[in-house]
Amino acid sequence: MYKYDEYDQAIVDARVEEFRDQVRRRLAGEISEDQFKPLRLMNGLYLQLHAYMLRVAIPYGTLNATQMRMLAHVARKYDKGYGHFTTRQNIQYNWIKLDEAPDILAELATVEMHAIQTSGNCIRNISSDQFAGAAADEVEDPRPWAELLRQWSTFHPEFTYLPRKFKIAVIGAEEDRAAVKLHDIGLQLHRNDAGEVGFRVFVGGGMGRTPMVAPVIRDFLPKADFLSYMEACLRVYNRYGRRDNIYKARIKILVHEIGAAEYARQVEEEWAHVKTLGLDAPAAEFERIAAFFAPPAFETGLSDTIDRSDPDFAVWLDQNVSAHKAPGYAVVTISLKPTGGIPGDATADQIDLMADLAERYSLDELRITHAQNVVLPHVRKADLYAVWQALDASGLAAPNLDLIGDIIACPGLDYCALANARSIPLAQKISQRFAATQHDLGELKLKISGCINACGHHHAGHIGILGVDRKGVENYQLLLGGSAAEDASLGRITGPGFDEDGVVDAIERAVDTYRSLRTEGERFLDTYRRVGMAPFKEAIYG
Amino acid sequence: MADPDQSDIGGEPKLRFRNDEPHEEPAVTLDSFLGQSNATAVRLESDEDARALLPHIDRLALVEVAFPKFRDGRGYSAGRILREAGYTGELRAQGDVLVDQIPLMLRCGFDSFAPEASVDAKTLAEALSRYTAVYQKAADARRPVWALRHG
Amino acid sequence: MKLLTGNDLATGDVIWWAGDGWSRHIAEAVDVGPHAETLAAVEEAARRVNGPYAIDATQGPEGPRPAHIKDRIRAAGPTVRADLAIRPADANRGEWVI
Repeated sequence: MYKYDEYDQAIVDARVEEFRDQVRRRLAGEISEDQFKPLRLMNGLYLQLHAYMLRVAIPYGTLNATQMRMLAHVARKYDKGYGHFTTRQNIQYNWIKLDEAPDILAELATVEMHAIQTSGNCIRNISSDQFAGAAADEVEDPRPWAELLRQWSTFHPEFTYLPRKFKIAVIGAEEDRAAVKLHDIGLQLHRNDAGEVGFRVFVGGGMGRTPMVAPVIRDFLPKADFLSYMEACLRVYNRYGRRDNIYKARIKILVHEIGAAEYARQVEEEWAHVKTLGLDAPAAEFERIAAFFAPPAFETGLSDTIDRSDPDFAVWLDQNVSAHKAPGYAVVTISLKPTGGIPGDATADQIDLMADLAERYSLDELRITHAQNVVLPHVRKADLYAVWQALDASGLAAPNLDLIGDIIACPGLDYCALANARSIPLAQKISQRFAATQHDLGELKLKISGCINACGHHHAGHIGILGVDRKGVENYQLLLGGSAAEDASLGRITGPGFDEDGVVDAIERAVDTYRSLRTEGERFLDTYRRVGMAPFKEAIYG
Repeated sequence: MADPDQSDIGGEPKLRFRNDEPHEEPAVTLDSFLGQSNATAVRLESDEDARALLPHIDRLALVEVAFPKFRDGRGYSAGRILREAGYTGELRAQGDVLVDQIPLMLRCGFDSFAPEASVDAKTLAEALSRYTAVYQKAADARRPVWALRHG
Repeated sequence: MKLLTGNDLATGDVIWWAGDGWSRHIAEAVDVGPHAETLAAVEEAARRVNGPYAIDATQGPEGPRPAHIKDRIRAAGPTVRADLAIRPADANRGEWVI
């Protein structure tokens, strides 16, 4: 994992003091809320339904046990004993006091954490593959590049007042676990025909009210020119992205309106200029960062045999444990989606337990996933049973990774000032309804957003749900056929919306349709793509 | 970057970071500038292309870039583009310029400021001296940490 | 009736105008009639409230009930965490919100 040096620490410490002063100026009346709002947002502090909400960055979803324990400590001392892991691999606290926020940031800074640029019209936290450095299918670890991007984007002088927020994801594998095509910029490390590794660059994806799957604007970007190319991509956007309409200000609209080829041409033209300015960090800097992400000292000669005699353990093993690149190791995904629970929420005690397990069994590493789960990336197969037992004792052993119970849901109207409908109660009902049948249904990604902003990724769900406000009453639209993976696609609305119970019934009818039509090995999404919307619509509204 | 003058604390904030005499000629619009050969000061609105000035930077002494709203960040790119092309005259940020934005604007090459609202001298001085390290190479003289790390 | 609500500037708590000051409890909220705008301006300038706004509500047996579900959730707390309710003992809370 990356370790701060004196410069990184100085920057984060300075930010804490800057924010402390900004809060002081606000509480003293020296600045108005209008002036303070963009300043607090740049530090991830929102005013939500019940209180201030603080979003803490977890850069590329990677953290160690000490950092994880700090997240538990913040939950206990400054919040109500829990936190919410988000689809951006961050954590949010729902009950923050403005006058305590600087102290929280100061505590976070002691473990190399911060809330910098977790909101605002700037480059947000860089996201990545939660299996980075562990995945069997990886070309190269994307995290050194993500860290390079983190540093480059932090207080970038030119790109802090962009037309709109800007999200970048980096992956290094063919399988897309980070939804790169649904980001403003998605970067995929891959090998070209000459055997060199470089980036495929996707620009202009996103969800929200105008969902778009990003086109490729450059198939192979040499590593050496990485930052100058990013600089060119952002400069074209900063200059020409729309500022007349907040709903049309994301880069996806610019790329869509002028076309991917024209956007790419403008970037190349800008890049030809920018490349001459010496903005790229030298190779030595990349090497310095990459050294922190060198593969840990995996033990050799470990057995691959796992005792499956406990049937409950075997179910979890088959569902929540993935292949690791090192023999004798496995990747564990801890589901934060217990049946009837709140997706992505974890108590301070649970966070502490996950930290303990990471320290003891996973080489002191944890990852947060965009599906709001937690990963122990480096677990010896021989330790899996002990890990499972500890998780099970704390309500963290839901064996439902990628099943219908593994629901992505935004906080919705229970917490969020922008929401039109509640997301969490619906997630709870759905996970209860399908608790017994979810394993038979196989991979089925269900995603719920409580408003058009799509924080719950409803466009990208095999089944998606969008909560809307219909004359003051919560109403839910159903979508089918979305995907955030390498086969990215956008879901289509089935038809008229439903009330809360109605949408659960409608999902059951859609799922029954899948069961009656599926062929051997077909996922829900595959069947939908083969047969189309008609039979599902017929079953749902029939 | 010009050194923030700490002696200004408590007095009028220092908003011009140049040692030459202020340029007195009023800034003309971009259209008007491009239509005459003798103007030496121009005002660039936020939707105007800074590159239109590049053929003429040798005779420019002042470019005033408009920031109609603090959220409108196009001027940051305009400033850098002018500096990258070798413009050395005064580069002024005018409009809805907030004290917390001035350090970023300095990094983009601005060296004078005409904010619509008054700026508190002490707050500005603190803002300018707060960050001792920066991550990027930009249009100012500051060396990014990657340069410091690798000598 | 019209209620004035907002969040406490320093703590972020949801607060309701109770006639002579702010209350955490909507049961203590009073009808502000046509004075919402004036009150909001005064209270915001005094930094006793952040983001004040007026809402429609009806007077019920247990006090005012906001017309919109969003403000009922603000008044009661998240519907999915009964333990964090403003008044945890209130058995009819779910019904009141929905």
